[in-house]
Amino acid sequence: MTADSSPARLSIYEAASANRWRTVLLIAAFTALVAVLAYFVGEYFAPGGGIAALPFAFAISGGSALLSYFAGDRLILAQSQAREVGPDEELELRDVVESLALGLGIPTPKIYLIEDSAPNAFATGRDPQHASIAVTRGLLDKLDRTELEGVIAHELSHVGNRDIRVMVLVTVLVGTVALLADWMWRSFFWTQGGRRDRDRGGAGAIFAVIAIALAVLTPIIATLIQLAVSRQREYLADASGALLTRYPPGLASALRKIAADKEPLEVANKATASLYIANPLKDAPAFFDHLFDTHPPIEERIKRLEAMN
Amino acid sequence: MEIIVVLVVIGAIALFFIATYNRLVTLRQRVKEAWADIDVQLKRRHDLIPNLVETVKGYATHESTVFQKVTEARAAAVSAGASGTPEQRAQAENVLTGALRSVFAVAENYPQLQAVQEFKDLSENLTATEDKIAFARRFYNGNVRDYNTTLQTFPTNVFAGMFGFKAEQYFELADATERAVPQVKF
Repeated sequence: MTADSSPARLSIYEAASANRWRTVLLIAAFTALVAVLAYFVGEYFAPGGGIAALPFAFAISGGSALLSYFAGDRLILAQSQAREVGPDEELELRDVVESLALGLGIPTPKIYLIEDSAPNAFATGRDPQHASIAVTRGLLDKLDRTELEGVIAHELSHVGNRDIRVMVLVTVLVGTVALLADWMWRSFFWTQGGRRDRDRGGAGAIFAVIAIALAVLTPIIATLIQLAVSRQREYLADASGALLTRYPPGLASALRKIAADKEPLEVANKATASLYIANPLKDAPAFFDHLFDTHPPIEERIKRLEAMN
Repeated sequence: MEIIVVLVVIGAIALFFIATYNRLVTLRQRVKEAWADIDVQLKRRHDLIPNLVETVKGYATHESTVFQKVTEARAAAVSAGASGTPEQRAQAENVLTGALRSVFAVAENYPQLQAVQEFKDLSENLTATEDKIAFARRFYNGNVRDYNTTLQTFPTNVFAGMFGFKAEQYFELADATERAVPQVKF
């Protein structure tokens, strides 16, 4: 046996460098989105006001990007009511995390526990040196060791691949965009923009239409960016997690158990849902079909894992 | 005109050398970092063994050859750890694993020992450490493979020797139970 030769060993170094570019692109895309929105809305309220609105837009999107980079993980953990696990509790969990972190060549992340009986888990942080992994009490109770290893390996792959930074940034930026659009939407009503349209004639009407359309569309576009990013990440983390444990059925069986569990995770919300290993909300909206799913269908993930043997 | 062409060619060659050199340095550094992970776990294993021997000794008083063997094997593994190559270390660790196995075989014969909490903790700790060695080893070997492959493929192999890059050794443990490598397709 020559050591560990596998045809498609996905180096975490390659995934990590791809994610560095993705981070830059994401921040650029969100900044552009916010800038376009601000420009048209500013122009709508006062001719020439579009340019004046840009510095504010950049300050807000830059500020929230910085905030999410340095404190996003703490915000998310606090919101999920996760408690850090001490060095002498949950020894099996700690053992699994430490072993798999060694296999991936990353420092052992901080371990958090969410006291909730719905089985689920997520990882967060800005890089492997500042990473945290959170699991629910239900996950520990309902999974056996190989299944737990599968789930932890999946989450650690997110850490090793630097997915966690992208996911934290996206989570906070989507929230910011939604908030901005909401403010603008309200201000349309407050100032009754129609009055200004009359003073300015045709151009004003066009700006009004564009500004309103943008205020509606921007949060949707932002959400779609988030979803596209997170679904693709899940397949990759499943694959690298399976490579790490050398046992794809472990994760497949864990996903099956998590999917069969109908209990929603109470501490999860729309903003944090995409961080978890499987959608914690259990409320797939039928109307938009799969456009707004935060995760690829679990059956599809299980099928891909089973095809790895 | 010719001089520009010559300069461009020389520049391109220089860039190629710089890029390849830096890549090799990065890969070799990753191998070293991965080795440090194995080293920590091996030391941990060495630290657990004296306590285990003491605990078992308290119950199995007549098995001194087994204890002597494991103590010697541990000493050899520790000294290989101080100066040895990965190959020498792996050899010493394999001897140690064999000796440890006989300690556990002896312990099987003493039911009272099985009930002792300290013994349970120690054997659980040892098993966990061995798991960790296996994972750290896998990561190390993956990095060695990446480095060696880059080193030994054309055209890097032509000049890598001139800069002092040498192939690294894999860390192989004889009885590691490896699960089959899954095929990953996208």
